[in-house]
Amino acid sequence: MTNPAQDNSDHILDVRNISLSFKGVKAISELSFSVARGEICALIGPNGAGKSSLLNILNGVYLPDSGEIVFGGEHFRQIHPLEAARRGIARTFQNNALFKKMSVADNILTGLSRHTRTNLIEQALKLPRARREELDFRERAESLLEFLELQSYRDIVVGNLAYGIQKRVELGRALVSSPTLLLLDEPLAGMNADEKAEMTEFVVSINRDLGVTVVLIEHDIGIVMNLSSHVVVLDYGCKIGDGTPAEIQSNPDVISAYLGTVQQRRADEPVH
Amino acid sequence: MNLFIETFIGGLLAGTMYSLVAIGFVLIYKASGVFNFAQGSILLFSALTFVTLKESGIPFVVAVGITIGVLIVGAIAIERLLLRPLANRSPMTLFMATLGLSYIVEGLAQGLMGAQVHPLDLGIEDVPIFIGGVLISQFDVVAAITALVLVAILALLFNKTRIGISLRAVADDTRAALSIGINLNRIWQIVWAVAGIVGLVAGMLWGARQGVQFSLSLVVLKALPVLIIGGFTSIGGAIAGGLIVGAAENLAETYIGPFIGGGITPWFAYFLALAFLYVRPAGLFGELAIERV
Repeated sequence: MTNPAQDNSDHILDVRNISLSFKGVKAISELSFSVARGEICALIGPNGAGKSSLLNILNGVYLPDSGEIVFGGEHFRQIHPLEAARRGIARTFQNNALFKKMSVADNILTGLSRHTRTNLIEQALKLPRARREELDFRERAESLLEFLELQSYRDIVVGNLAYGIQKRVELGRALVSSPTLLLLDEPLAGMNADEKAEMTEFVVSINRDLGVTVVLIEHDIGIVMNLSSHVVVLDYGCKIGDGTPAEIQSNPDVISAYLGTVQQRRADEPVH
Repeated sequence: MNLFIETFIGGLLAGTMYSLVAIGFVLIYKASGVFNFAQGSILLFSALTFVTLKESGIPFVVAVGITIGVLIVGAIAIERLLLRPLANRSPMTLFMATLGLSYIVEGLAQGLMGAQVHPLDLGIEDVPIFIGGVLISQFDVVAAITALVLVAILALLFNKTRIGISLRAVADDTRAALSIGINLNRIWQIVWAVAGIVGLVAGMLWGARQGVQFSLSLVVLKALPVLIIGGFTSIGGAIAGGLIVGAAENLAETYIGPFIGGGITPWFAYFLALAFLYVRPAGLFGELAIERV
């Protein structure tokens, strides 16, 4: 089925010639890039560049028009969100998609769904296997709350928490499932400087200490350049840059996409 | 004053039966966003299955067990054949599908088990008793207690079990629930089965009162004002709505009835629902869908 010559085993994810359009409007065209195991890969680009759409394809929310995804050596023309979750792709959403009426602890517990091995009857009758699993889940949720310093919020209903804390809870819900690939859609959006620094530390720690590969979308270029080892730049659905932060910073296409307006202004008003 | 209290309490107790019917709707609406028009037919089907089994000499508990089994199989079939193929379609499409389903279930029920009226004796005497000087129907008291127990069980299921947490997660944000690996199809099967079991309890109580017959499926029309008043998304709302409708109907019949020639009960609930639509369109406990545009 798979051609070993083509599959690079140090790649956890290969995006191959993915195209996506909405009612004829191209959102992503012929996009290809690879994510190496254990790296933090940042997707950057102006609004509407197709970053979130790409994340939605990676966990199966959107179905691409063409192309394929190779994840963990398996080839997918399309992947269903449930399959993606079961194979270890976890994600957060741009505008928090938490279960607002449930407590922090319950939200975290739902994140373990993909590890459920007992069936409904076993759970209803509280058979030993189900009880052990429940205990194991509670322990995992508890150690996650500790890791993200969320213990003091354990029993608070999520809807009542500050936005920055909610973002951390959503990260927790994704992380508790021990994913192999973590997709973060603007994890720092709407945060103040302190919260951003804190969140950045968590992402670094998740990557370095837990060994989780991270693909994230972020607008704060300063943070992206420090945080990630690999940057992919999108503009109007096309890849215009792909490399290390240093390579991206000296890439003329990226500079013109990001700073194009500034260069024009210089031409118009040469002297200050 | 005694008459008022009697009418009021009698109405509240009768209202719990409306609540039971409405809860079946709320469960399905919350988990899958579908207004399940077939809930009434499912109620009829389950009551008819139970009474047919019981008439053939099968003991009460066994008959309930078999009926629940049938409801679970039915829920799985509905999810596979109806909900899964139509996933992501508009609410109107799904509503129309349940409208069709209601005829299929009704036809199946009558085709398999006949259209005659079956008397159902649950062993509860329908004679009024005095409680603290107030005359109250014994049957209504039993029905109300049954409803309470059922609601308590549902509350435990939703709040204390992992399946319950998954159910609430799906009700809250389907897309997120799917992305963290909750099996939506399985959740739908469970919810439809639970709604069917709630329907069975409601059908048994209604059936004991007026016989198990075709008109049972029409309680769906009675649940509608209850849902409008209580809200489509809240079990607490379904209970409150049922109580309000029950009490208001009874009071109106007693106090307004004589002036306009009686016969208020059949329409008063709808009148009340209309008033609520003017004042509080989302119902008492319902949520208005607020979307960013």
